[in-house]
Amino acid sequence: MKALKCRECGREYPLTATHVCEFDFGPLEVAYDYDRIKKSLTRAAIQSRPKTMWRYRELLPVANEPTVGLQAGFTPLIKADRLAKKLGIRELWIKNDTVNYPTLSFKDRVVSVALSRSKELGFDTVACASTGNLANSVAAQAASVGLKSYVFIPSDLEQGKILNSLIYGAKVIGIKGHYDEVNRLCAEIAGKFGWAFVNVNMRPYYAEGSKSMAYEIAEQFGWRIPRHTVVPMASGSLLTKIQKGYQEFIKLGLVSETKYAVHGAQATGCSPISVAQKAGLDFFKPVKPNTIAKSLAIGTPADGFYALRVMRDTQAAADDVTDDEIRDAIKLLAETEGIFAETAGGVTVGVAKKLIASGKIPRDDSAVLCVTGNGLKTLDAVDGYVGKPREIKPSLREFEALLANEEKVNA
Amino acid sequence: MPKKVRIPTPLRKLTNNEELVEVTAATIGEAIVELQTRFPGIQERLVDEKGEVRRFVNVYVNEEDIRFLKNKQTPLKDGDEISIIPAIAGG
Repeated sequence: MKALKCRECGREYPLTATHVCEFDFGPLEVAYDYDRIKKSLTRAAIQSRPKTMWRYRELLPVANEPTVGLQAGFTPLIKADRLAKKLGIRELWIKNDTVNYPTLSFKDRVVSVALSRSKELGFDTVACASTGNLANSVAAQAASVGLKSYVFIPSDLEQGKILNSLIYGAKVIGIKGHYDEVNRLCAEIAGKFGWAFVNVNMRPYYAEGSKSMAYEIAEQFGWRIPRHTVVPMASGSLLTKIQKGYQEFIKLGLVSETKYAVHGAQATGCSPISVAQKAGLDFFKPVKPNTIAKSLAIGTPADGFYALRVMRDTQAAADDVTDDEIRDAIKLLAETEGIFAETAGGVTVGVAKKLIASGKIPRDDSAVLCVTGNGLKTLDAVDGYVGKPREIKPSLREFEALLANEEKVNA
Repeated sequence: MPKKVRIPTPLRKLTNNEELVEVTAATIGEAIVELQTRFPGIQERLVDEKGEVRRFVNVYVNEEDIRFLKNKQTPLKDGDEISIIPAIAGG
């Protein structure tokens, strides 16, 4: 790390807990010394290290060895032949962050970085504004190293996500409002209490953790960048960091320069970025979210502008899917690949299906879908849509009758 | 009756820590000029060299983003509440 740098005007700031340029409100980003990194970060060096996100440590913003989330990342990249056949594409891969450690979503990446850095900066209390997954990861990882935590969530979140924060002893504050309102409140709180707010004053460090997903995809794909990557968008941050990760690997000579597209996926009930992309605009209209994909329900996406720019620069597309399409896609992924994703995963698979059907992802290409969270956390979303077990007495005759009946139905 | 402007934390150094400021301007553009006369330096934080509201400054009139009203020409009526909020990432 060299400094924090404003993405808009380039003014530099020291590496403290601060996130907005005092001059133009532009987001601050960590700047690195790539010439120096190039000397130590070779393919051989990476491959000799443990299979976690920290094998790319030089590109992650901590000053010393990480102290939180040492096992996060390096989730499986799965060749999804059965899903590929259903969607009608030559080759399809799933980057499976439903099994990330410790809380089963890609947020374990960003929180590992944010909390390691928070400890370096001397904080004893961490906090976040969250649509659920971030809260789970902050709560769990804070507990694992004895930090105090406050997590702020919209009060109408899925029960699974609420319990998944409470269990770790975090202080969970439910706000009666949308995520954007939670965020506005947290912007005020962050300035007042001297806590490390992972997505407010720690945002420059936190957001960099997402790049590890791109590094892993490129390495697991055989040190290549896939032609198409489909990424779910809430604030748009993950999509911009996937792009940054690919660009850094090219810059460091770890992969060769190639044509690729990073496509964005949203839920129709909260689609400010995809609507703007489809209309060819470089700005978005904020919306009030109404979707079952609550983890993506951000109506005023902070990185929306940069996400639109990445999609324009990589000649990529965006699209959005309805609640019914999200449920269908969750089922399709489960039935073809044995992966149970949360609603955001349904958004990614559903949008990939649309982009392939419309030819925006050509059928003879290959694509990687980023599936970012586990279905066990959003059981409410599929409850009532996947049938019920049939109950019988413990009797062979009853089972045979049930089976015979089933065959009649299937015939 | 005047209009109220909520000042975000990063700008309160300029407003002597005042959180709520009253203006009498008839549009957002005029409100920014009015703020500048009372709190010198605040204008260049809010608008760029072309005079447009900066991309990462969100300005709301009664919770509606001015980019979808009339930007700086958005008219203000008595009792309106204006909020200035820096964009925040999340998830």
